[in-house]
Order: sequence, then structure tokens, then C-alpha cells
Amino acid sequence: MSKQSFEEISSRESSWRRDLRESMKASERTAIERAQMNELDAAYRITCNEEVNQGLDREQAMREASRCLDCPNPGCMTGCPVSINIPAFIKNIQRGDIDSAGRVLRATSALPAVCGRVCPQERQCESRCIYLKMGKQPVAIGWLERFAADHAAREADEPAPANGKKICVVGSGPASLSFAGSMMALGYKVVVYEALHEIGGVLKYGIPEFRLPNSVVDREIDALRRGGVEFHTDIVVGKTLSYDDLLNMNFDGIFVASGAGLPRFMDIPGENLNGVMSSNEFLTRVNLMGAGRPGYATPVRKGHTVAVIGGGNTAMDSVRTALRMGAKRAMIVYRRSEAEMPARAEEVTHARQEGVEFLTLHNPVEYLGNERGEVCAMRLQQMRLGEPDADGRRRPEPIDGAIVEIPVDEVIVSVGVSPNPLIPNSIEGLQVTRRGTLEVDENLRSSLPLIYAGGDIVRGGATVILAMGDGRKAAAAMHRQLSGETSDQH
Amino acid sequence: MFSPKVAKLVVEAPLIARSRRPGHFVIVRLGEKGERIPLTIADADVAAGTITLVIQAVGESTAQFIGLEPGDAFTDVVGPLGHATHIERFGTVVCSGGGVGVAPLLPIIKAMKEAGNRVISVLAARNKDLIILEDEVRRHSDEVIIMTDDGSAGRKGLVTNGIEEVIQREKVDQVVTIGPAIMMKFVSLLTKKYDIPTICSLNTIMVDGTGMCGACRVSVGGKTRFVCVDGPEFDAHQVDFDQMLMRLKAYDGATKK
Repeated sequence: MSKQSFEEISSRESSWRRDLRESMKASERTAIERAQMNELDAAYRITCNEEVNQGLDREQAMREASRCLDCPNPGCMTGCPVSINIPAFIKNIQRGDIDSAGRVLRATSALPAVCGRVCPQERQCESRCIYLKMGKQPVAIGWLERFAADHAAREADEPAPANGKKICVVGSGPASLSFAGSMMALGYKVVVYEALHEIGGVLKYGIPEFRLPNSVVDREIDALRRGGVEFHTDIVVGKTLSYDDLLNMNFDGIFVASGAGLPRFMDIPGENLNGVMSSNEFLTRVNLMGAGRPGYATPVRKGHTVAVIGGGNTAMDSVRTALRMGAKRAMIVYRRSEAEMPARAEEVTHARQEGVEFLTLHNPVEYLGNERGEVCAMRLQQMRLGEPDADGRRRPEPIDGAIVEIPVDEVIVSVGVSPNPLIPNSIEGLQVTRRGTLEVDENLRSSLPLIYAGGDIVRGGATVILAMGDGRKAAAAMHRQLSGETSDQH
Repeated sequence: MFSPKVAKLVVEAPLIARSRRPGHFVIVRLGEKGERIPLTIADADVAAGTITLVIQAVGESTAQFIGLEPGDAFTDVVGPLGHATHIERFGTVVCSGGGVGVAPLLPIIKAMKEAGNRVISVLAARNKDLIILEDEVRRHSDEVIIMTDDGSAGRKGLVTNGIEEVIQREKVDQVVTIGPAIMMKFVSLLTKKYDIPTICSLNTIMVDGTGMCGACRVSVGGKTRFVCVDGPEFDAHQVDFDQMLMRLKAYDGATKK
């Protein structure tokens, strides 16, 4: 089959797509049950680090794709932060053309295999699916995205003709990888500087293997490398190389995506006891440094009773990692109720299947230590939900005198991060917001004309898809600026 | 080798050699399964593109480091990290170093001297064999006092005895102390008594070294600070050394397991 044009594979009006729409009645489509993700058994998976979700097989994926009604005004796309052409990739799956589904995805998303695994679909695309209005489960868009991304052939990235311009990228997380991919495709020479010894940022040090295998991330990095992107580890921009150094190296533009650095603590008594640590520390030890695996030198505390403070994805990753490190009792301590938890529904479900306890409406007020300075118990204030606050969530209020004490030997604090101050502190003239994030305009350009920024250093703590979207947006804007300058010179 | 447990390594790292200042540290890793270890930079040669590290074997990784041969390489060296030492003309500065703490102290001694200070260096160790870099320190100091626990070099006594002797003899404007946490604690207690501003350089447990993990947190003036990005130098009188000593033991059990 000769390769179809992008227009043919993505347009709703292509003949194959019309045929596909007419091939089944809506009632037949809606009668199909939503696919079940193939997943490892909970009892087995907590003994290892293998990916919990095994993915859909081809038959399941094509069947799930046939559920999609191919709406003329697809709500799902409005729920996607980067407006992926969702019906187009799904219909390509339905007709069995997985490679074309992959092409549609990659036209908008640099990291579909990653986003298919870590996006909070129930709050984005799937939350706008027409099926919900019918009281049915939405089309499994995230699982289909993952299926297409995992199984589509990667076209050999045709090297774009070099345009002679050189761009520097600070950090190598999702925003940077996405930015690098876009700029590479436009013919720029891209040089990425990463402070750690691994490329991938939060995708490597933060998100555990059982949720996002490193091999999935490495495939994306390798593709960029083959396309000519240069990656340098162990370089801290602002320290190893100063802003002036970068200027002297004749970079035409700089994209800063250095991420959210500093872990937040709650500033309560006992928080500096041994055994109390940030989720960043715990996850970095295990994910990046291999702690707990034979032969790796980095130590990690293997608690018997572990409490993780917080209700986000990082909290779920931490508590489930603690189980895999041998915890006999692992619990989430969260000050609001489960309905307010920011974590993806799937992570909460998986955590519960694995035996995690949920102490919702509890908030730590103090940690108690033994004579060796190790945490041995936590005191929790019981809470109730009061009136909704500014962002519409009901505010948790302490219940007078309702304090419980629970023995623990490890506490992982996962209550958010603050932007990494390293870059803002080391580049003069870079405007910073009150929260410490970089100030950018609607095109993600900072107060310095050469510097664009995106991801958590701008947002303070968001999602992979938003960071990735920033990378793409900043690349487009920087390209407009730089190509405009070129035409001015002619 | 300075002694069976202490070695000097000269590491090729041209970018770091060029940008480092006294007080900065690096993180090194040896082998793909190695851990990230923070080490304060003792010296650098910009022309040769090298930095000098002085390493004491205290655990498995540092024991491997001191066994490295010329021509061997670290898997990773990243830096310079942390804030550089604040150098100015204070007047008389006492620079006190204990054990391998003398190595990162040396560039500060040099810089303090170059800034026009009268520099009195007080070096301390358990015995004569553990006194390092004495000649280099002498070259850049107006006076050097050596203290050993057993009296095998210099005078018998603790670093605090040497410092107190200077304080009682003349006006001291600034003290710098680098060494084991317990030593810095007692230096800090001493200079607090005399109300002499004192900076210390803390070497805590770290993982990333760039402000990401918080393993290095210490309590300074009642507030939690991160040694890697807020330090490594702090006002010694504000540091909760007892908490720091406790936190240094965080993985004692884990590494033995």
C-alpha cells in the first residue's frame, strides 16, 4: 500500500473514514463494553518492578476503537491540553493501520507512549467523551494512545536540512524532549544540558518503572539522538556553564525547562528525624540510583510501616514503591477526602489493589522519634470538609481534639515542590514570579529575549502533557522569532 | 596517598576547574551502579583543566575512590555546586581545619590571604600522620598552629585549644571552620562565647546535589535549609549541629545491611 498523505490519514472526510463510520450503527458501537486493561496480578506485581499495565492487544484495541462514534465536534479534543486529533488516531486503529495512528499522534505529541501511560485521561480527553453523557464508560483514549505509540513503526526521522542555527536546552525532562524534537524537525542544531547523570528528567528519576518503563523513555531519547540532538549529562547550567558562557558559545536561543526542584515540607515538629524524607529523595534513590537492587551502592530505607503524606501521583508512586521495597504496611495520609485527591484514578485503584491503606481526612501535626533520632510514630489531626475554597474544593478543617497516634518507621512527604532556584538565581535579568517560577509571556518568552521557558519551572508543578505542550509551543514561538530575524537581515 | 585512608585525586574537569571558587563542591559517581558522593573541591588548575579532591575512606564508595590509579576515571563529575565562600578583608581570620577538612579549607586560606587578611591557620588531627597539606597551608598563612590528640605533632590538644589561645592573645574578626561535624560544633560553641562571627562548611548526606531531594537538610536558625543549594557554608552559630550529627547517621544501618 502506498503511503497515504497526512491529510488522508487525519481528515474526517477521507473516504476510508466515511466508510468506517457507516460500517456500524451507533447502537452497535455503544453496546460494546469498554476494554479491560491487561494488568499484572497485584500479589505478583508488588514483588517486582514490572510495568503493571501490560497494554491492550491488537484485537482489543481495534474493538475499543470501534466504540468511538467519530463525533463531528469531538469533545475529547477540547479536553486534551495539546489538542491531539483523537478521533483520527482512533479511527486509524479501528481500520488496522496502526502506523498511521502513530503518525497522527506524533504530529501533535512528542511523547505519546509516555502520555498514554501518565496523563490523567479521566480529567482530560476521557472526561469529555460523549459516552459519559449516555451514562456509559468513556472510550479508553489513553490506552489506545499507548497502543498506537507502542506498536506504530517509527518512521526514520528524515533529517531536516540544517538551518545553521544552534539552540541550547536546559534540562532533559518532558518539556525539553518535546522542544528538542520540534526544533530538530525545523533544522536547528539542538544541544541539551542535563544536571543529572541520566537523560529524561522526571520521567527517569520520578515516575517508577512499574508505571513508565525506562525503555519507553529511552526509545524517545534515542530517536532524538539519531536525529542529531546532542545530549550532555553532568552539566549544571548556571554553575558549570554560566549564561555568559552560553552567549559566548553562540547559541541563537535558549529554552529553560529545569523543572520543579525543591521538595516542600510542612514545617512541623520532627520532620528532620531520620526516616522522614521527601518523595523526591525516596524515588530518586530507587528510580535513578537503583537503590535496593543488588550491586547498587546507594542505600535506601526499607520501612516496615510506611506513611506517605499527600494525595497526588507522586504520593501514589511513593507508597507503591515502598510496598515493592518490602513494606508490610503502607498508607496514604491525605488531609482531604478521596474525591479531592489529585492523583490519577488508575493509580489510586492500583494502589488499593496492592493493599495500600488510605487515611483520608488526616493531616500530620508531629513526628515522634526514638532515642536514635529515627521516626517511630506520627500524630495525625483528624479533619472534616468545610466550605468550598477559592478553587472550589471543600476546605479541610481540623476536628477539635481529634488526634490519633500511629506507629511508623518511615514517612515520605509528598506535598509538592517549589521551582528550582538554580537558574533564576544564576541568570541576571531573568524575571521571577512571587512563587519563584520564571515569568514568561503568552509565547513562553522570558524577560530576556533569547530565553524561552516551559514546564514546571514556569508552572510550578504540573503534568507531563502540559510540560510537553510547552516545549512544542515554545519551539514554534522561538522559530517564529528566529526566522523573522533572518528575513529582516535579507 | 596522605595515609592509608586519605588520598588526593587530581581529576580532569576543565569546565569545573574554570568556574569553581573556594567553597564549591562537586558530586562524583564511580561505575553505573555507584552512588553520588559530594566532595568539596580542594584546588583547581585552570591551565591544566584539573580539580583536586582529597578523599577520606569512610564508606564503601569512598574506599573505592582512594583505590583509583592514575589514568582511571570517575563515571560522572558534576559541579561546581553550592555557594562560594564569601571572601572579604575582615582583618584577622582564623581558619581551622580538622582531618580532611583541611583540603577544602586550603583555597579559602589562600583567598583570605589574597584579600589582605592576617590568616592564622589551626590544623588538627588525631595524630601526626593525619595532618595533611601542612606545607601548602604554611605557604599562605601568617601563622600555623598544629594540634594533635596525642601530641605527636605540634601541641597536644584539640582544635578549640589552639583557637582559644589565639583569641585570648589577639583580636580575631572572623573564624572559618571545616572538619568533622562534631569538631565544628565545638568550634562554634567556643567562638559563640567570644562572639566572633564563624562560618562552617557542612558535608551532609546528598543524592542529587542540586536542590531536588532534600536529603541534605539542616536546621539553621530554626529554619530548615538545604546544604546543596543554600550552603554548603552557613553561620556556624545558627546551625543545629546535634540534629546534623544525628542525620549523618541516617543510613548507617542501611549500608551495613
